[in-house]
Amino acid sequence: MKRKLARKIKEGAIETTLFLSALSSVFITISIVVVLAYESFGFFKEVSIKEFFTGTQWTPLFANPKFGILPLISGTLLTTSIALIVALPLGLTVTVYLSEYAPHRVREVIKPILELLAAVPTVVYGYFALLFLTPILQKFIPDLSGFNALSPGIIMGIMIIPYVSSVSEDAMKAVPMHIREGSYAMGATKLQTAFKVVIPSAFSGIAAAFIIGISRAIGETMVVAIAAGGMPNLTANPLEPVQTLTAYIVQVSLGDAPHGTVEYKTIFAAGITLFFMTLGFNILGFWLRKRIREVY
Amino acid sequence: MVKELKAEVKKLNFYYGSLHALKEINLPIERRKVTALIGPSGCGKTTFLRCFNRMHDLYPHNRYEGEITLYPDNINIISPEIDPIEIRMQISMVFQKPNPFPKSIYENVAYGLRVRGVSKRAVLDEKVEKSLRGAALWDEVKDRLNHLAFDLSGGQQQRLCIARALATDPRILLFDEPTSALDPTATSKIEELIIQLKDEVTIIIVTHNMQQAARVSDYTAFMYLGEIVEYDKTDRIFTAPSNKLTEEYITGRFG
Repeated sequence: MKRKLARKIKEGAIETTLFLSALSSVFITISIVVVLAYESFGFFKEVSIKEFFTGTQWTPLFANPKFGILPLISGTLLTTSIALIVALPLGLTVTVYLSEYAPHRVREVIKPILELLAAVPTVVYGYFALLFLTPILQKFIPDLSGFNALSPGIIMGIMIIPYVSSVSEDAMKAVPMHIREGSYAMGATKLQTAFKVVIPSAFSGIAAAFIIGISRAIGETMVVAIAAGGMPNLTANPLEPVQTLTAYIVQVSLGDAPHGTVEYKTIFAAGITLFFMTLGFNILGFWLRKRIREVY
Repeated sequence: MVKELKAEVKKLNFYYGSLHALKEINLPIERRKVTALIGPSGCGKTTFLRCFNRMHDLYPHNRYEGEITLYPDNINIISPEIDPIEIRMQISMVFQKPNPFPKSIYENVAYGLRVRGVSKRAVLDEKVEKSLRGAALWDEVKDRLNHLAFDLSGGQQQRLCIARALATDPRILLFDEPTSALDPTATSKIEELIIQLKDEVTIIIVTHNMQQAARVSDYTAFMYLGEIVEYDKTDRIFTAPSNKLTEEYITGRFG
């Protein structure tokens, strides 16, 4: 009887502890959103939403400040698109090789090395883009300015390959062998099987992998802060310097914008914009997963 | 009627690494007949079936010895000089579990032609319809060829896989326990289909179900421990087997 009671208390304590730890992550997320929303609300009392979303200049620190977020959004989307253009074919090729071609022993060597790419600090990637890749690119593209969207975009693309290929390889490995055998039995080659059957079968997982990659690229800060130039520039030209939402937040946080001023609050306005962008991509990823069901 | 051979297995040995899985197999495969392979689990019947389309080549450390001669052109299916893809283009397979691809009904059937480079719409349309009719599925799906194959029921999916296998005009059609994942109604449809199909194509079927072998096949080979114990006309195997082991198996005393 006594032991039963002791067990009950112990179980109860464990359950409560687990519940509280689960709750803490929810609590932290909610408080971030609340702070972001609260401070942005203060910002939008001083700057109209219309100006924020339609203005084409972002110069909050100037004497005559302009608060159009579009240049930062375009800078973010530009570097992210370049990253995706690099990561999509490269990541998919790596994935197909690892999942369908590589002999077991080769995969055991390549996969950890690839995952090591994810362990390189992003500041290293940033300087790599600025001091190594940009000078090389300038040899081929003389018009390329020292700070530009192209070089950090490419580097970010390489940076997200491990995330993308690791998750999509899991998705491709999860495609049952009898589906592949069905394709081989029809006389298909390895390549045909990989692209016509395995990738479509694993599509939702691969799409989710790329959404994770995109979210990483959108949220990536260090590489673009170092190599993209820090100039809010509404352009689609990858050869020009740009500034992303994240790089702007770094710039202002490092500066001395006094607490409570509009300049200070721009951090939160940019932050909430970033938040909604990544949220949008995550919802897209979730929707893709739901829409394309996998039945084996 | 003169018996005509579609293929002949001569002294076939097969090894999974060091495991000697098939031993000295000799077997004629009659043209446009159904040959059933029966035997207890693990006797090697599926392993044997998968030699015919070189499925074992997909995995390392597998080794064939001997000959499977395909008539009339006398090629040895398991010769290392023969490209397994060439073989699979002529010998189709239907698997234990329906395994349609994540594509439309139409594209599933057209798959084998597409991987051979056929892309003319008219050719594909004709072949797809003919194969779906051949698999007794056309009337059920003709209005929704663009739907995903997963929308079909299990039995329909298996008939779709048969249509897919038929689309390339195979010379031999291999069935690996094609009804083991299906309910009785779907099973009897597939069985009827197999009986119809033998007018067009030579069939080899692996089955666990002895009644099924008796219902659909013309010839039956009883396998045990990687060897063929007895091969004969199906009605003889089931009424008057000459081997004691065969008799014990078909009367349900082991297996």
